[in-house]
Amino acid sequence: MRTISFDGVIVGGGGAGMRAALQLAQSGYKTAVISKVFPTRSHTVSAQGGITCAIASADPNDDWRWHMYDTVKGSDYIGDQDAIEYMCSVGPEAIFELEHMGLPFSRTEEGRIYQRPFGGQSKNYGEGGQAARTCAAADRTGHALLHTLYQNNVKNETVFFNEWFAVDLVKNQDGAVVGVIAICIETGETVYVKSKATVFATGGAGRIYASTTNAHINTGDGMGMALRAGVPAQDMEMWQFHPTGIYGAGTLVTEGCRGEGGYLINKDGERFMERYAPNAKDLAGRDVVARSMIMEILEGRGCGPNGDHVKLKLDHLGEEVLESRLPGICELSRTFAHVDPVKEPIPVVPTCHYMMGGIPTNIHGQALTVDSEGNDRVIPGLYACGEVACVSVHGANRLGGNSLLDLVVFGRASGLFIEKSLREGIELRDASQSDIDAASERLQALNDRASGESVAPLRRELQEIMQNHFGVFRTGEFMRDGIAKLASLRERVEAVVLADRSSAFNTSRIECLELQNLFETAEATAIVAEARDESRGAHARDDFTERDDQNWLCHSLYHSDGQRVSKRGVNFTPHTVETFQPKARSY
Amino acid sequence: MLQVSLYRYNPETDDAPYMQDFSVDTEGRDLMVLDVLELIKAEHDGSVTYRRSCREGVCGSDGLNINGKNGLACISPLSESVKNNKLVIRPLPGLPVIRDLVVDMSLFYAQYEKVQPYLQNATPAPAIERLQSPEERAQLDGLYECILCACCSTSCPSFWWNPDRFIGPAGLLQAYRFLADSRDTATEERLAKLDDPFSVFRCHGIQNCVNVCPKGLNPTKAIGHIRGMLLSRAT
Repeated sequence: MRTISFDGVIVGGGGAGMRAALQLAQSGYKTAVISKVFPTRSHTVSAQGGITCAIASADPNDDWRWHMYDTVKGSDYIGDQDAIEYMCSVGPEAIFELEHMGLPFSRTEEGRIYQRPFGGQSKNYGEGGQAARTCAAADRTGHALLHTLYQNNVKNETVFFNEWFAVDLVKNQDGAVVGVIAICIETGETVYVKSKATVFATGGAGRIYASTTNAHINTGDGMGMALRAGVPAQDMEMWQFHPTGIYGAGTLVTEGCRGEGGYLINKDGERFMERYAPNAKDLAGRDVVARSMIMEILEGRGCGPNGDHVKLKLDHLGEEVLESRLPGICELSRTFAHVDPVKEPIPVVPTCHYMMGGIPTNIHGQALTVDSEGNDRVIPGLYACGEVACVSVHGANRLGGNSLLDLVVFGRASGLFIEKSLREGIELRDASQSDIDAASERLQALNDRASGESVAPLRRELQEIMQNHFGVFRTGEFMRDGIAKLASLRERVEAVVLADRSSAFNTSRIECLELQNLFETAEATAIVAEARDESRGAHARDDFTERDDQNWLCHSLYHSDGQRVSKRGVNFTPHTVETFQPKARSY
Repeated sequence: MLQVSLYRYNPETDDAPYMQDFSVDTEGRDLMVLDVLELIKAEHDGSVTYRRSCREGVCGSDGLNINGKNGLACISPLSESVKNNKLVIRPLPGLPVIRDLVVDMSLFYAQYEKVQPYLQNATPAPAIERLQSPEERAQLDGLYECILCACCSTSCPSFWWNPDRFIGPAGLLQAYRFLADSRDTATEERLAKLDDPFSVFRCHGIQNCVNVCPKGLNPTKAIGHIRGMLLSRAT
């Protein structure tokens, strides 16, 4: 097996990965991005409504501390306040950098970046009414951001391994991460990519659910690799169900629609969010809106012959606003819902959208584990940023527009920190042949296996289990049933068989490897979801309906070794502002 | 049963490409073409090879030749694609085939990179964003939305003939996206790089690019603007 060496290797070519790569490429260190798709095909491209940040355009008095307050509240108080402080305060600088790179933001009459209202936003620490803090490029902000980052990586001559797939982490005898095993999809060649710093920016894993806004490629590859390497996973029970996925298709309709004045209606045409969130109404936290929608459906007020969805009304905004501010939504709605939003409401239903959990990291992107005393320990050589990381700025519920900010700020922070570390000198012992062999084992076993089940039915079975047992509302008994089903599925997933053994562009091989990553992510989700016996943020239990700060004002940690669950403290000590104390969360 | 004919080619086992037929049960649903490919891969033949990612028409992975016309499989409904109950799917024309429906896009990307597709501004950046009026920003509409799916360039006869020298509609659309940006100061250098008989002037206004663009963009119009800028620069 060939070895290729770099100072820094970034796995994933989405927003987080390309922002980290840009930072490292500009520093002159030998940097490579491994991406399983051409970078502009990454899922960041699907982000629509915008990137939330207190740049004081819509409101000259806006303050990043207000954004921080909203984010802490939105997280249902298990977001780390030092990390949220960092994200909200550094955010404006990161946004202006993107604008200087060429990102085509929409504009105000003053020529500044256009900002729209999004859910969970307030002025003056919740006291000053709705804020408009989400910077937008029409409703194609993710596309504009991803292409801008790719373009600037081209400018800085970043080395891209496009259509390469990272299989597993290589660890040396000290347990430090020293690179990955990767496959060139086009040729099938397997290579050891050696690196002093390995950054996971592999994105989410929404494909663990049958119904998701996520791209086909969101298969939790970073989570799978991390869990197999003994890295813990944090807050994996926290999955965001976006209120407005197009009914039937699952494709996303941005919260920006409600920011621009759209609202949800039930079969009676009633604007039902007025009952559930009298102040914020349709712009309450996503968890709150998604649950309200399910309640409407369960109580018989859903739309359609099966009463299984509600509708998003936009026609009152007028054709001009819709075509100028929400052109992508008009297009998606016509294509996937066969509905013209200028004329009639769009059928929508809560749909799996975002993984709040992930690999625990500090604000420098360093991956963390805990020792036997429960103290944080940095895992040498491994970093994570973006959706795969849990730094944690989203806690139990992410605010709309905060994911793009997260990936830009922490992609950048990871790059900055690695650059500094490389300058100071990173000394990691080389991997031995047996270390490399160990990391190649899974791939080797797949290539050698002669019989087993094929990938598609196994994947469908996994997605159905997650959809049915770990959805918007959860109960202990039903989850335990789901966990048992997963346990019996594990052996079959591990024995998945290739439909195709050729070397050239073998997508069947990639799908098998992805399925195993999906499975690891799903099982971690299931086991911690059952363990957290309270309701908080996106984790809503019918059998434990209240938030339990006594026992659960903390992160959950899942350890693949023994499938254990432990707890990890939340950071309540920001550096420049007073702690935001937990209080009842209402909108 | 829908009759689907797929272009197949595996460089390791096939001397030449061939068409393979599948009968697919769509259960009467108006699926997208990508859904049909997914059905075939899951239930008929796991070795069928194609690219896909977002499945909503924004990532540009699944540009294919569908019943003779380039388009994105994920947003092409059967009701608009199928003729006489038959669906013929081939790779995008004019680029080397790696396997089945997967083409080698290197040339396409190289032409994109040639236009220096990034903002260049020689003045020091301000502490906040550079200001741009809504009218100036509106100049970028219809340009920045390109998803690099290559449907346009691979439907262009001029690109088929000179894929190494004619930038092609996708690359030129992006060239104009930066020429049109009020924040970009490299107009002269950009035009100088394009000022040769091939880069721009191989466009003969055939407009295949406009007809196939899944995002409804108009590269021919952008090329016309560049042409105008080059001509006025020469006089």
